[in-house]
Amino acid sequence: MGDTLETLKSDLFAAPFCEGLEDTHLEVLLACAHEERMPKGRFLFHEGAAADYFYIIVSGRVGLELNCPNRGGLSIQTCDAGDVVGSSWLIPPCIWRFDARVLEECRLVSMDAAVLREHCKADPTFGYAMVERIAQVKAERLDAARLQLLDLYGNPEEGRHVARTRID
Amino acid sequence: MFILEPDGFEKILDSLREKGYRITGPKLRDGAIVLDTIDSAASLPRGVRDHQGPGRYRLEETGDDSWFSYTLGSDSWKKLFFHPIKPLFKTTRDGGLLQIEPEPPREGLKALIGVRPCELQALAIQDKVLAEGEFVDRHYVASRKGTFIVAVNCTVPGGTCFCVSMGTGPVADRGYDISLTELGSNGATRFVARAGSPHGEELLAAASSGKAGESDLQLEAELLEAAAGNMGRSLDVEGLAAALAESGDHPRWEEVAERCQACTNCTMACPTCYCHTVEDSTDLTGSVADRTRVWDSCFTADHSYLHGGSVRETRGARYRQWLTHKLSSWHDQFGGSGCTGCGRCITWCPVGIDITEEAQAVRGTARG
Amino acid sequence: MSPEPGSINLTDRIRGGVDPMVPRIYNVERIRRNNHDTFTMELNPADGGNPEPFSAGQFNMLYIFGVGEIPVSISGDPVQDGPLMHTIREVGTVTRAMARLKPGDSIGVRGPFGSHWPVELAVGTDVVIVAGGIGLAPLRPVIYQVTGNRSRYGRMVLLYGARAPKEILYQRQLKAWGGSFDMDVHVTVDRGERGWNGEIGVVTGLIRRAPLDRSGAIALICGPEIMMRFSAQELLRRGMDKDRIYVSMERNMKCGVGLCGHCQYGAKIICKDGPVYRYDDIESLLGRREV
Repeated sequence: MGDTLETLKSDLFAAPFCEGLEDTHLEVLLACAHEERMPKGRFLFHEGAAADYFYIIVSGRVGLELNCPNRGGLSIQTCDAGDVVGSSWLIPPCIWRFDARVLEECRLVSMDAAVLREHCKADPTFGYAMVERIAQVKAERLDAARLQLLDLYGNPEEGRHVARTRID
Repeated sequence: MFILEPDGFEKILDSLREKGYRITGPKLRDGAIVLDTIDSAASLPRGVRDHQGPGRYRLEETGDDSWFSYTLGSDSWKKLFFHPIKPLFKTTRDGGLLQIEPEPPREGLKALIGVRPCELQALAIQDKVLAEGEFVDRHYVASRKGTFIVAVNCTVPGGTCFCVSMGTGPVADRGYDISLTELGSNGATRFVARAGSPHGEELLAAASSGKAGESDLQLEAELLEAAAGNMGRSLDVEGLAAALAESGDHPRWEEVAERCQACTNCTMACPTCYCHTVEDSTDLTGSVADRTRVWDSCFTADHSYLHGGSVRETRGARYRQWLTHKLSSWHDQFGGSGCTGCGRCITWCPVGIDITEEAQAVRGTARG
Repeated sequence: MSPEPGSINLTDRIRGGVDPMVPRIYNVERIRRNNHDTFTMELNPADGGNPEPFSAGQFNMLYIFGVGEIPVSISGDPVQDGPLMHTIREVGTVTRAMARLKPGDSIGVRGPFGSHWPVELAVGTDVVIVAGGIGLAPLRPVIYQVTGNRSRYGRMVLLYGARAPKEILYQRQLKAWGGSFDMDVHVTVDRGERGWNGEIGVVTGLIRRAPLDRSGAIALICGPEIMMRFSAQELLRRGMDKDRIYVSMERNMKCGVGLCGHCQYGAKIICKDGPVYRYDDIESLLGRREV
């Protein structure tokens, strides 16, 4: 049992999400953390369900997908070791916006977000630290989404997305 | 220092012609000074001066028979060496196989008569760009070789001249075979002449009417000093290159864009602008294709075209590119300014945009 | 009496007696499709000689009879003898005409021109290659050079972003490199598709997780300008030094030898002192509008 706790602790604390957190905050997170393994193909969560937990990937790969009738699950982004899967738990209405599907068998730290939310409300310093980290995750995804939207590797002769002033 | 009389001037032209030089000099045509082949000193304009201002050029008679009271027309000597249109090679296709026949560079003796000091600097600048780097333009080098230059110092600067600011005039100090300063008029035109090469020395020794006297040199100095004080424009170049390098976001570029027509006149008239493109054309049989080098301008949309669009889409950006290249990045690239202060870009701009005014405005309130 | 004037002293200094403006004729040996709009052309000189030697990152001006001429980076092996290789994307008139060439057809080649990737700086240290789209092509010579003399270099990491799985270049080679145990290969795509179990996301995301020895490693980036900016910033955030990051720039080119004025980028002349620049050398220009 001790071994498992030690592994969980080192997996959790090694994640970029925990970088720079105070010890007391780390203890709070550890108390809400569980080690999980998920086989390929399993869904971590589905769009529309209550976001009462989230994951930190220790190893493996998870795809964030939107399901589209007749096209199946459209993958928006993949998450790999060190990445946080799920940020809706901190942002009302705390409902998942995507499906998360395991693409390669995963070892995960799952976090009890319902409890963490209560901690956030009770301790604004802790709450701020969580918001800061989730904002970081959101900002990186937004940057990435913007770059994807630009279709940088597309043929510039086709579909020019950016408004331009043409003269001559 | 020699004194050269009109008949001595003619003798120099004769002797150059005898040696096989093709002589080019200023001529009066269609109400403007142009550079063209001249037969004798009699082909040179006499008794005219120009009035130049932003977007303005007008000739008027001086009422005397002065030889060089005008300054520059719109064309510069660069057309003789950096040809506006130059075939580079011809490709013939036989099936899928190609054969390339390069255009041989053409040499030829050329004599330039009446080259102004700022123009000597312009030639030196184009030499630096096209003939003195790691790679050279063979056609430029070939046509520039064997050039004999008779320079004329400026005693009557034009309204858009600012060679004094750029340190290129009004007196020629190098880059010539013979330099002349016109003294007096009203039937008494003569020149103080200096040799800048052994060939120039040889011609002068044979054609001059003797050494210049103390009073001639005194008069020459006075005329040239007066000319230096009589520039139509000025530009403070102290720290200018550095200030312009930091001027990328200055609102003045957008303001000038409201007037700029992107007509390319400034770049065509500029004696140092060297941008060129290549054009490929095929004959009707589809078996012969020609590659031609032609003058280009940074004011066109194609100049900065990268698949999908132009890098510099706005006129403001193109004007900024042109001006900052001339007065700033040219220093980084070629170790000196790309501007000679000749003023052509001001005179021949259809809306009278003035490089000295724009540079000053951008520098005056330069922002990072 | 010599008619040579004293005022100028110009010499016709042509490297190796070759006018850099006149192409050498090469024959197409083979054309291989890389994806729906990209192909790799193998060329040998029509005169039976060897292709010009080049350094990784340099480019040639390729001329198609009567259509035009464009700069294209060399994508082959700079060390081993072999045909000249260019990986080309069909985006314009000239490249579309090139795609229609058949083995035995000939084209004109001028070059190689420009600066090269500083592979010599990577000896004894880690190399991180960050490529986006067709930007992998100018970096492939680096991979050849490093893998051809693997023990001279430290860890080799290749981070590659493509538009979609079927647009990934050099797929077989990527798999071989990735499976070779002494090279980390990470590929991500902007858009996944059915059957793709690899990564989806941008190449900057790969940098975030890449195993990097921050001290000493060199990073070589090539791709669309925005991708290079974001990648360099991510590398800097990860602690890399500005003077260890290199990028390859692109502008309109007509002569390839610094004479025509088209490829100016601020005070830089990309065909001559680029296309490969150290990041801090052009940092102040990157992202500036219409430069």
